[in-house]
Amino acid sequence: MRKCSFFHGKSSRRFYFFLALAVLLLLTAALAPALAPNDPEKTHVQAMKQAPSEEFPLGTDEYGRCVLSRVLAGAPASVFGAIGLVAVSFVVGTFLGMLCGYYEGLLDEILMRLADILLAFPQMVLAIAVAGLLGGGLKNALLALGITSWTVYARLARSLTLQTKKETYVAAARFSGCGGLNLLFRHIFPNVAGPLSVTAATQIGSTMMGIAGLSFLGIGVIPPQAEWGSMISEGRSYMQLAPWVSLAPAAAVVATVVIFNCLGDAARDLAEPGAPSGGASGRRFRLSGRRERYAGRKRVGRRRA
Amino acid sequence: MNVKRYIGRRLFQLFLILIGVTFLVFLLMYVSPGDPAQRKLTAGGVAITEEVLEQAREDMGLDRPLLLQYGSWLGKVVRGDFGESLHDGLPVAEKLAKSLKNTLLLSLVSLLAALLLSVPLGMYSAVRRDGVADKLISFLTFLGNSLPNFLIAVLLMYFLCLKTKFFPILANGSAKGLFLPVLTLAIPLFSQFTRQVRAAVLEQLHKPYVAGARSRGVKESTVLVRNVLRNSLISIITVVGMAGGTLMAGSVVVESIFLWPGIGKLMMDAITAKDYPVVQGLVLVMALLFVTVNLVTDLLYHKLDPRIWDQGEETS
Repeated sequence: MRKCSFFHGKSSRRFYFFLALAVLLLLTAALAPALAPNDPEKTHVQAMKQAPSEEFPLGTDEYGRCVLSRVLAGAPASVFGAIGLVAVSFVVGTFLGMLCGYYEGLLDEILMRLADILLAFPQMVLAIAVAGLLGGGLKNALLALGITSWTVYARLARSLTLQTKKETYVAAARFSGCGGLNLLFRHIFPNVAGPLSVTAATQIGSTMMGIAGLSFLGIGVIPPQAEWGSMISEGRSYMQLAPWVSLAPAAAVVATVVIFNCLGDAARDLAEPGAPSGGASGRRFRLSGRRERYAGRKRVGRRRA
Repeated sequence: MNVKRYIGRRLFQLFLILIGVTFLVFLLMYVSPGDPAQRKLTAGGVAITEEVLEQAREDMGLDRPLLLQYGSWLGKVVRGDFGESLHDGLPVAEKLAKSLKNTLLLSLVSLLAALLLSVPLGMYSAVRRDGVADKLISFLTFLGNSLPNFLIAVLLMYFLCLKTKFFPILANGSAKGLFLPVLTLAIPLFSQFTRQVRAAVLEQLHKPYVAGARSRGVKESTVLVRNVLRNSLISIITVVGMAGGTLMAGSVVVESIFLWPGIGKLMMDAITAKDYPVVQGLVLVMALLFVTVNLVTDLLYHKLDPRIWDQGEETS
């Protein structure tokens, strides 16, 4: 039934449309060095804060660097950084969560309490503290965001595994001699992977905002390396003279986040045909972006009560 | 489960969480590059020799093992002593109290503004589902959710300060200066709230009691306000409780941009200056605030709908 709705209907068209846009973005980011009209780090003393022209399609910044080239050069950090972080947290979180749900016991208790502690603090504030204390750099920024990001998948994978392991087909697999990790990954994982991947898709946009936010505050990517957040911050002080220096990377952030948010929404609509689409629904709210964390915490808090 | 036992259990949990969070940050400061003793001496203008540095390290207890350092910090905090700032020697508690007041003012005004706008708009867009206004509101709230807060601040500055020159760029304490930071914080909140109100009201509108009330001839406005809104309160409170986290993260960004002297700006300053006692105190205060807001939200659930805990008992 799911397969039918995958290839027909409005929601699948929407999904493929945004998927195509996302692939286009990935290609742009990958080919950024080749597409850039100028060297993103080369300064032109005669051409500082110049308005968009033929040579510099989006103008130049205070050092006379080409803004378009810098926006393109900043794409890999945001796009691949966010996708990489989501992928790593997905793998780590899912693995740990499935172990917790499958074996329960001490490991489960320790990891879930750790998740409680990490979620007892607004994620972004913790990331700011961690990135700031470790010093800047893309690696530290990703680490700071990653400290909490795995918990989303761990919690979801745990509860899905708890449900799935009671199914009869799991018992059947066990009776026919399949056990341990083999059972977990061959029989349980395929049945919990769907909701987890949908969650991962919805997290890409907010992760991007996190990376850009840390860079904006000066504790993410270190200049002169180009990054959208830090470019917006640099251009802020002379916005009156050269607004394009901030507005160009701002447009890039908005476009990228919107595309990935829409892709996440479309992926969820595909996976859960029952959920009402269009505006906001209870389920939509719960799964969208960073708010999922708090919602998750709440559910657990209530269950234990 | 009775309420007292529940609160007791939550308070114990809260205590564990605070210990965990502060220890985590302590650990980070321990492994992070930079020497607090050197910082303090440099800030105080003392000529640094190896002996003076050693002496300062010993005075500050930096030569002791991590757990002992953490223990003595915790012991002092319990007695209300947060230590002194390495930067200017002022007591951390004093700095915290002053900036907390500013942040609370900013946050509460933003929260109130967002709520006052989003409840009526969310209800309207649910009642007139798929109308022009609903589509417009859905689009705007989607955009509000997709814009990072620092970007909202920069865009507002550009269009409202530089283009129209109506508002001062920095928050200078006047009501006009408060406007932009509040707007920056309120836009994401407004987007979240409106979506939640709309979803909650839509869900309620399909319930049989609404049809029942309508068929008995109850006025539509009465049904909406007295029944539907009241039953939607739980999910509205959930999202308001979650706003605590959004506001805290937002305050760091917004206060740094508009130079508002609150805990967010203090945090940024303390982190860049590696002023460890201030960072540690801030983390504790923020965690405490956040966890308390969550606890209050959960207690409000019970007040509004006692069934929630009974269900919880069955499923666990």
